[in-house]
Amino acid sequence: MQKVKNTAEPLIQPRLSPSGLRNYWALFGKDVRRDKHLYVLLAPYMVLFLLFTVLPVAISIIFSFTHFNMLEMPRWIGWENYSKLLWNDDVFLIGVKNTLIFSVVTGPVSYIACFLFAWLINELNPKLRAFMTLIFFAPSISGNVFFIWQIIFSSDSYGIINGLLMQLGVIYEPIQWLQDPKYMLGIIMLVQLWLSLGTSFLAFIAGLQTVDKTLYEAGAVDGVKNRWQELWFITLPSMRPQLMFGAVIQITASLAVADVAMALAGFPSVQYGAHTIVTHLVDYGTIRFEMGYASAIATVLFVMMLGSNLIVQKLLKRVGE
Amino acid sequence: MKLAIRLNKKVNRSWQVDALLFLALAGFGSFMAVPLIYVINNAFKPLDELFIFPPTLFVRNATLENFANLFQVMKNSWVPFSRYIFNTVFITAAGTAGHILLASAAAYPLAKHKFRGSKVLFTVVVLSLMFSPHVTAIPNYMIMSALGWMDSYQAVIVPAFAYPLGLYLMKQFMEQIPDALLEAAKIDGASEYRIFWQVVMPLVKPAWLTLLILMMQMLWGTDGGSFIYSEQLKTLHYAMGQIIQGGIARAGVGAAVAVIMMTVPIVTFILSQSNVIQTMASSGMKD
Repeated sequence: MQKVKNTAEPLIQPRLSPSGLRNYWALFGKDVRRDKHLYVLLAPYMVLFLLFTVLPVAISIIFSFTHFNMLEMPRWIGWENYSKLLWNDDVFLIGVKNTLIFSVVTGPVSYIACFLFAWLINELNPKLRAFMTLIFFAPSISGNVFFIWQIIFSSDSYGIINGLLMQLGVIYEPIQWLQDPKYMLGIIMLVQLWLSLGTSFLAFIAGLQTVDKTLYEAGAVDGVKNRWQELWFITLPSMRPQLMFGAVIQITASLAVADVAMALAGFPSVQYGAHTIVTHLVDYGTIRFEMGYASAIATVLFVMMLGSNLIVQKLLKRVGE
Repeated sequence: MKLAIRLNKKVNRSWQVDALLFLALAGFGSFMAVPLIYVINNAFKPLDELFIFPPTLFVRNATLENFANLFQVMKNSWVPFSRYIFNTVFITAAGTAGHILLASAAAYPLAKHKFRGSKVLFTVVVLSLMFSPHVTAIPNYMIMSALGWMDSYQAVIVPAFAYPLGLYLMKQFMEQIPDALLEAAKIDGASEYRIFWQVVMPLVKPAWLTLLILMMQMLWGTDGGSFIYSEQLKTLHYAMGQIIQGGIARAGVGAAVAVIMMTVPIVTFILSQSNVIQTMASSGMKD
């Protein structure tokens, strides 16, 4: 009979003798031939994935060591782009500072908010739960409707916030919310948080519904006294896989802030008050066409994103251990 | 108490804290909802109501004026407005359909079989969730021009096929399919392709809808990025940006377009919510 499931591992572990190596390749070929249908199923996706995700990362890293402006041939210049970024580009450092402030605040806050709201919504009855899920999720799915915040924080007295504050007599002149670097970053954070209850929020809602209900009853018998203990000792440990998934999504999104910043505060923003790493990348990549330099910015961003994700994954693995 | 919370029969709950948390939830819920309510109301406000001081949240004399004006603006646009709508619908439909098909085809072997390279490929996909598309934007621009795809639909549609999040969620969901089912099909003589298409695909319908929502979130709001520059290929999102740029006189029309833009994804989500939640339950990352 044909083998039912292709779970067969290679039978012989490769040894480093020449004949062992030959055996290894023979087995390798045999395995590949046996599983050829699986490779055929994978191929279309993987070819596009390699072409549009993996290859670009490699290109970006290579070009980051060159001088390249799309007109002349790329010229190898070693670490020059990086040293220029770190020592001679004050605007980049402003971008890094803003991105860090931004992601240190919105990353954890949005992550905790996703979980907290999911946890609260989970206590409701199913109809209300579906409704509240929609309310919280709707902003993130509504596309660029966040432009409405531009009207809410409009710098004239027709803006909702200015109008309200003037009506209450708190201020007498409209405040230039989106032009004043003092307020800019705060407003962008607020809007980003408004938009951030997306994929991970849904993952948490779903994860909470799969926690084994009998665990709570058993916990109550074992002396879990209130909802907070229940959350810490039962709910959080049972949701670790979803928590890790959610962390990846929120960290990546919080480091990539740019669209909201560019739409609300303009590009470039006044005194670079809302300048981030990504807007710096947009500046050099699509306006100045200094591709080598832009690639160095992209590579720095790549390392920051991957690095912080991997560190947080390591930390989250320890939760409840 | 007629709070909608299940107060009775639950262990470790006190109604005081329940009430407090419910109030907090209601408060944050209104923070989430007010801007959307404001856009919807603005779309129905007549011009004089849009610019009264102090500004109001709710419309008093609802009118369809803004939608009528939208048609007026559409008539004057350089390419027929229906073209923007077609572009967005086409890009979203083609990108989503292709993504669901390719991602599912790739997810099935990764979820249900062990073969040479399967671990490495999946690890690379998970790692690619950890950085945003901004990182790859510039090389992608070069790849597009090398392929000769600049200023074409496929520059936006084809990369969407290989979006990593969809494959990841689909694979995690497919792992729940019982092996016995696949074995039975195999014994009946079905090929891998037939098992994928006739056994696995119908079982993962909830995951299709999830991928649909995620792709919609991405493609429905796309402005074509740096890949599309001819006017007749631009999307609704782009046209909306132009209308809003029209300044203060277009405030009502802008809100009308925004309402049209947001209705489609929100209605889709309402219709598919329970399926999406079901898929997301399996989204967790195992060590």
